[in-house]
Amino acid sequence: MTPNTGTSSALSPRSALAASFRGGTATAALLLALIFVVIATQNPSFFEGPPLMAFAKKAAPLVILAVGQYLVIVSGEFDLSVGSLVGAQVVIAARLIDGEESMTLPVIALMLVFGLVVGLVNGLVTTLLRVQSIITTLGTMLILFGAVRYWTGGAPTGALSESFRVPGRGGIEDVPFFGQVPWALVIALVVAVAAVLCMRSPFGRALVATGDNDVAAAFSGVRVWRTRTMAFIGSSLLATVAAVLIGGFAGVTAQVGEGLEFTAITAVVLGGVVLGGGRGTVVAAVLGALTVEALFTLFNQLYLPSTIQPSVQGLIIIAAVAYAARRGDLRLPERLRRRPDHPTERTLGSSRR
Amino acid sequence: MKRTAILPARVPRLGTTAMVYLALVLLLALSAAFVAARGGNLFTTANTVDLFTRSSLLGFLAIGQTLVILCRSLDLSVGYVAALSTVVAATTMAGDPSRVLLGVGAALGLAGLIGLANGLVVTKLGVNPFIATLGAGLIIKGYLDTEFQGPAGEIPAAFQAFGYTRIGVLPVSTLIMLGVAVAAVLFLRRTRMGYHVYAVGGDAEVARLSGIRPEVPTVTAHVLCSVMAGTAGLLLAARFGTGSATVYGNGYELEAIAAVVLGGTYLLGGRGGVAGTIAGVFILATLDTVFNVLAIDPFVKDVLRGVIVIAAVAVYARGRHSRAATRVRFPSGGASPPDRGPAPEARPSPDPGGPADPDPSPRALGGRR
Amino acid sequence: MRVPRVLLAGAAGLTLMLTACTTDTPDDSPEGGNGEAGSTPDGEWFDQAEYEAQLAQREITPEGPEDQPWLQAIEPEWIDTAEFAHDAPEDATLCFSNASVSNPWRVTGFITMEQQVEALQEEGRIGDFRVSDAADDDNQQISDIQAFVDSGDCDVIIISPSTTATLTPAVETACESGVPVVVFDRGVNSDCMVTFIHPIGGYAFGADAAEFLVENLDPGSKVLALRILPGVDVLEHRWAAAQEVFGDSDLEVLGYEFTEGDGAKIKDLVSQHLQRGEVDGIWMDAGDGAVAALEAFEDAGRPYPVISGEDELSFMRKWQEEDLTAIAPVYSNFQWRTPVLAASMILAGEEVPSEWVLPQEPVRQDRLDEYLQRNEDMPSLHYAKFGGEDLPGFPEAWTER
Repeated sequence: MTPNTGTSSALSPRSALAASFRGGTATAALLLALIFVVIATQNPSFFEGPPLMAFAKKAAPLVILAVGQYLVIVSGEFDLSVGSLVGAQVVIAARLIDGEESMTLPVIALMLVFGLVVGLVNGLVTTLLRVQSIITTLGTMLILFGAVRYWTGGAPTGALSESFRVPGRGGIEDVPFFGQVPWALVIALVVAVAAVLCMRSPFGRALVATGDNDVAAAFSGVRVWRTRTMAFIGSSLLATVAAVLIGGFAGVTAQVGEGLEFTAITAVVLGGVVLGGGRGTVVAAVLGALTVEALFTLFNQLYLPSTIQPSVQGLIIIAAVAYAARRGDLRLPERLRRRPDHPTERTLGSSRR
Repeated sequence: MKRTAILPARVPRLGTTAMVYLALVLLLALSAAFVAARGGNLFTTANTVDLFTRSSLLGFLAIGQTLVILCRSLDLSVGYVAALSTVVAATTMAGDPSRVLLGVGAALGLAGLIGLANGLVVTKLGVNPFIATLGAGLIIKGYLDTEFQGPAGEIPAAFQAFGYTRIGVLPVSTLIMLGVAVAAVLFLRRTRMGYHVYAVGGDAEVARLSGIRPEVPTVTAHVLCSVMAGTAGLLLAARFGTGSATVYGNGYELEAIAAVVLGGTYLLGGRGGVAGTIAGVFILATLDTVFNVLAIDPFVKDVLRGVIVIAAVAVYARGRHSRAATRVRFPSGGASPPDRGPAPEARPSPDPGGPADPDPSPRALGGRR
Repeated sequence: MRVPRVLLAGAAGLTLMLTACTTDTPDDSPEGGNGEAGSTPDGEWFDQAEYEAQLAQREITPEGPEDQPWLQAIEPEWIDTAEFAHDAPEDATLCFSNASVSNPWRVTGFITMEQQVEALQEEGRIGDFRVSDAADDDNQQISDIQAFVDSGDCDVIIISPSTTATLTPAVETACESGVPVVVFDRGVNSDCMVTFIHPIGGYAFGADAAEFLVENLDPGSKVLALRILPGVDVLEHRWAAAQEVFGDSDLEVLGYEFTEGDGAKIKDLVSQHLQRGEVDGIWMDAGDGAVAALEAFEDAGRPYPVISGEDELSFMRKWQEEDLTAIAPVYSNFQWRTPVLAASMILAGEEVPSEWVLPQEPVRQDRLDEYLQRNEDMPSLHYAKFGGEDLPGFPEAWTER
């Protein structure tokens, strides 16, 4: 690959560890720690098991979405459709299950298939039809938003079954100290670990290589279109898992899922994953998601007026990303700001065309 | 970058633009036929005025967005800037006709400062434009939510004329939008800064090596984009007769980006132009008008919009690709243009999934911000 | 050019610190947090005279048929519409500029309206019905109204404005065209329309809810307010009235949160408030998501609060199941029938009230079972007082939306 992939986890586990404490990831970790310290000063009881578990339960869906978004971003693309997809999936679940316990598993299976199809469409349109992914997924976002509302006449109908709600709402009861350990936390952990392992597999390396320099990746035998399509499928499937958790957590409301795509992208970038691909780790994305959720919690713990929260959020995100950019920028001016063609890439590109 | 180096790049760009206008004409013809088949007439005064009015607001936003995208940046804060501009204009004017200029100045001045901030955060602090402008939008949102819980200020009747006067079927706002578009085209084609915009968008590193300070065009584009968003806000204020902070919720930023891309501008910078964007704006406005005339379910509208935007961009991508052999991208540092190459790669096999896929275009898709 | 990273770190840290600092003041005050704002109504949205008028209207018996609340009017001032009488109402075109169908309340109402239109068309009292939907975009709605006016095809224009102040010029343009204009739900700052149809209003809604909490909670109890969005007048009025009522009571308002009506956000916010102490009452400015708020209490193992929701069915069903102490204030959904009926009256040259104030009566415990019985087959996110039971499409049009 290129000389710069050393910052990614894909090539070697050891460098992954080192990398995760450089650049954005360290910033996110630092910010997360700082936020927790501030929360602790405001509300020491936050760190007694149950509130912490409640935080984990709320944060789990965003963590999963962030992992999904990471797969797409590290491969050099965007997925703006996840918010609409989460909303669509919850509404589909409610309408098809309609309170029938026996329908739960078949409908979840159907949701996974639907997620897979959406991911496949996003991926193939982006890779084979060469539509820029921001437009592809903006289109699917509109299509899902409109189609699901058209299907249900504008407002969700039906109801989720109790068993559908278990993963998002329930947990392992009576654990010492923690009280209830939410299934959502377990699922998020499984997803994160699986993603870490996946990124160390040949597929993961291919994914990062594609994001870093897809021409070079193609030359080294990666089927770029297939790798990217898999990333989109992964993102949509994980959005489906997140939808099961979000629907389970809070039931059906008309607004479910709105704006989640931007929150997920923010989380991933805050963790130090670079838009444009090729750099950043799963752990970074997870840290970013936790930081964003912790920030929301902090605002609430501080009784920060609701209306001013977006301003503070905006400032902190910009400052954190700028800080991370500076750190990462020391060696590679220009690179992290946006992604001009790398010299290697250009040489390759012009030589073969 | 010198003129001579740039000129060859223009010819193919015209090609894309011509294609967009062709698409617009086709769409208009199809729509007219469709509406006629339903016993209606698309080109009544009412519908034409409606079409133009819809296009002027989106036009201002999309022209600014084009400049930013050409620099390989992005602005997700335009909706918020427009909302801020409505309340600043309305509260400054406070219904007093003598304060119109002051209100316009205050709104555009503030918008320009936000653009400056966006540009500096992107270039000097190295924050990805996606995050920088999303963050800027959030900051403005917080300010608006806190300070303006509802409509504020009053626009004097004299300035409301900006939103409602029309000459024949052409609203004044559309004329001004088109005027701005012409100015933007001239700016891009006739000024040194315009060339630099393309240069930086094509390849910031090469632009820097050839003596351009890449920050300057990017910051300028951001300032212009925000001022355009401010102008859109002024138009909204003129139409509302007051300032309305909540207009940021209308998703203008994504619509503007869609218009820009529909217009054939390359989302990764360096290619495209304002002329195409205007066609993109008119395509979206035509769709809206036709949907309205045909009384299409609002949710089906979203689905159709999504499908059409994807389909259109897919068609451009095809077109762009099949002409790749003649296409010249912005020349990189005097080296031979990267897109010029042997025919087999320029016209990929129908199955890009072939074993050793040599398809160059995913590279173009990657490297996103 | 280079910005020292220490500076940036400082900026991030400082922002955090500053946000932390803001808490000091409220913490010192007995009210705590946004509670300060909770004690006095926001001047911008509070109109004492209008507030008192709405509270008084709740007690007035409306004129009109008792079993058809959508035709009732509180203290109507009838005006003559003979000038708009249409020779052949069955050929008359009604044009409806809708703000949106972006929430369940509007979806339910719009179905009712369509059913009413069909009924009137069959009776030959109106003809064509054209709708344009602005998807909550004020500028779009201005264009929509303009297009109706310019088309010259409309015999009556019905408008449900998306925002009060911003739609005023467009509604005035419609009035000036000479076509009779009917405005309903949110109003505009003009009285040029033939009739303005609305239920009593946001102050009555907010006060009904707040008064119920005051009556049913012990002095000193803690109330959390959940609001959807800032800046929307019908919602701001609800909160302004609640502030007025709470201000005169011994309840402690913990603060208010904006939820965007998102269940996940509601549940999270309520859970966090529960972690830090007692919450005895929940005041909501709209009922979607009330169930999510209640679930937060369930999951935290706390007793249910006294709660005000809305006549939305999932909330009312939960209320019945769990035997809650609750009230469902109503922003009468049946008002969606009235504008088309008013239009048919105008086309017939009949008198209509110049301001048509519809009754707005909350659902209380005593009638809970009755309303749930009446809406037995209806889906969740349907509104109990939709008032379409006698329309020909009932119940399929609403159950199979």
